[in-house]
Amino acid sequence: MSGPVALSGRRVWGLVYRHLALYRRSWPRLLELAYWPILQMTIWGFVSEFMVRSSGWAAAASGVLIGAVLLWEVCLRSQMGFAISFLEEVWSRNLGNLFVSPIRPWELVAGLVTMSVLRMTAGIVPAILLAWALYAFAITDMGFVLIAFFALLMAMGWAVALAVTAMVLRHGAGAEALAWSVLFGLAPLSAVFYPVSILPSWLQPVALAIPATHVFEGMRAALLEGSVATGHLAAAAVLNVVWLGLAAWLFAWVFRIARQKGLLLNVGE
Amino acid sequence: MRDTADAPAIVAEGLVKRYGPVTAVDQVGFDARPGTVLGLLGGNGAGKTTTIAMLLGLLIPDGGRITVLGHDMATNRFAALSRMNFSSPYVALPHRLSVRENLTVYGHLYGVGGLRKRIAQLAEELDLGRFLDRPAGELSAGQKTRVALAKALINTPAVLLLDEPTASLDPDTADTVRGWLERYRDSTGATIVLASHNMAEVERLCSDVVMLKAGRVVDRGSPAALIDRYGREDLEQVFLDIARGTGVAAEAGR
Repeated sequence: MSGPVALSGRRVWGLVYRHLALYRRSWPRLLELAYWPILQMTIWGFVSEFMVRSSGWAAAASGVLIGAVLLWEVCLRSQMGFAISFLEEVWSRNLGNLFVSPIRPWELVAGLVTMSVLRMTAGIVPAILLAWALYAFAITDMGFVLIAFFALLMAMGWAVALAVTAMVLRHGAGAEALAWSVLFGLAPLSAVFYPVSILPSWLQPVALAIPATHVFEGMRAALLEGSVATGHLAAAAVLNVVWLGLAAWLFAWVFRIARQKGLLLNVGE
Repeated sequence: MRDTADAPAIVAEGLVKRYGPVTAVDQVGFDARPGTVLGLLGGNGAGKTTTIAMLLGLLIPDGGRITVLGHDMATNRFAALSRMNFSSPYVALPHRLSVRENLTVYGHLYGVGGLRKRIAQLAEELDLGRFLDRPAGELSAGQKTRVALAKALINTPAVLLLDEPTASLDPDTADTVRGWLERYRDSTGATIVLASHNMAEVERLCSDVVMLKAGRVVDRGSPAALIDRYGREDLEQVFLDIARGTGVAAEAGR
């Protein structure tokens, strides 16, 4: 099998194999994948337990908080899984070798997306099991709409990661802090832990331009009312297409600048 | 145009690269035929690495045109890249991966058939067997250089670009690697572009040398022809004449 599709598949697998081999040899990296989601789940889970025992409203909403923590981690881990896999190439000064190979930019992105899914899964599954074991919270109670929530949050994570990757390509490792910080900056506007109506009215249009905002509104509808907020899901999907399109354009533009300025051999400082 | 037996494997025409007010490469042109080794010589900042980066498509020229194996690098570089490869001491391999894992990664990226056999073959020919399963970051500088060379040969490239390929090797190992490169060129008909500061290496390996100074081609010819033209005993003296503007180079204004 040596057709173009098979060769593309091999190149994507080559990139994924490179990261899997890295994790096989680095237990701190493996530990880090699950550490933060478990830590978040533990803290917020106990906060929820406290609220259940001290407030009637919170009793009804306790699952909302735990669900929000879990779903936010889906977005965060997807973004970090993508961006940090790219940073691994920067840290190991391997980009020069990578970019003189016949790997296409979209194959590079496909490899990073695959690693993002694997890293997110490795981080989230232990947290989901912990939520079930400690707080009797089964995320699957949301029903099949959960699949859409996961997909939409992962897509937003990839869009942000693609933009972060473009910044690292343009500005070197000096921009790598963005890989850890960008989504934390978006969290207050994404209505993760509270409805968007809590925000000041002038800030609400900004919040509604973020795909995750609609996912979390949809999550609250699923958990508190047992309904599927199709309008919010559609809005999140459309916004994701826009975000991904803009991020892809930014990446392609920066990649060309990098080839004009000779940055591909020197990314890292 | 596609590559034929006697057509140049590499054609560079009027290459220009500017970084702001600095012109790093100025109207550089050359060609290289299959089965030959072309040396790019020049002092630090002469434009060798910039030229190699443009040949590899890592850098977009501001002017000129590059054709590799019949493919225009501006419009169809991926077709050429699958049959090219590159090694440089300034580019590393992931240091936590073993040598075998690194070669496996690049075997997949280049779509190499019979990958295990190819890795075993390279391990034997470049004497990597003792450390094939050790992390690349734990190797000595010389071992890393041989591993980088193995990575550059994983796809049996028709065009091989080497930046200081024997820089960290002891004389014995360097000699072995040079012999191996000669056999590789002879057995595969590959075109090799070599940037090196080791003049003895260039004299031994290169059939054609492009002398660069301040981003311009100041002379070109076989090592023997250059030595004869400058009235010197070896290529190192020719290099010094050109770098310092002394001897025949001064008379010719180079």
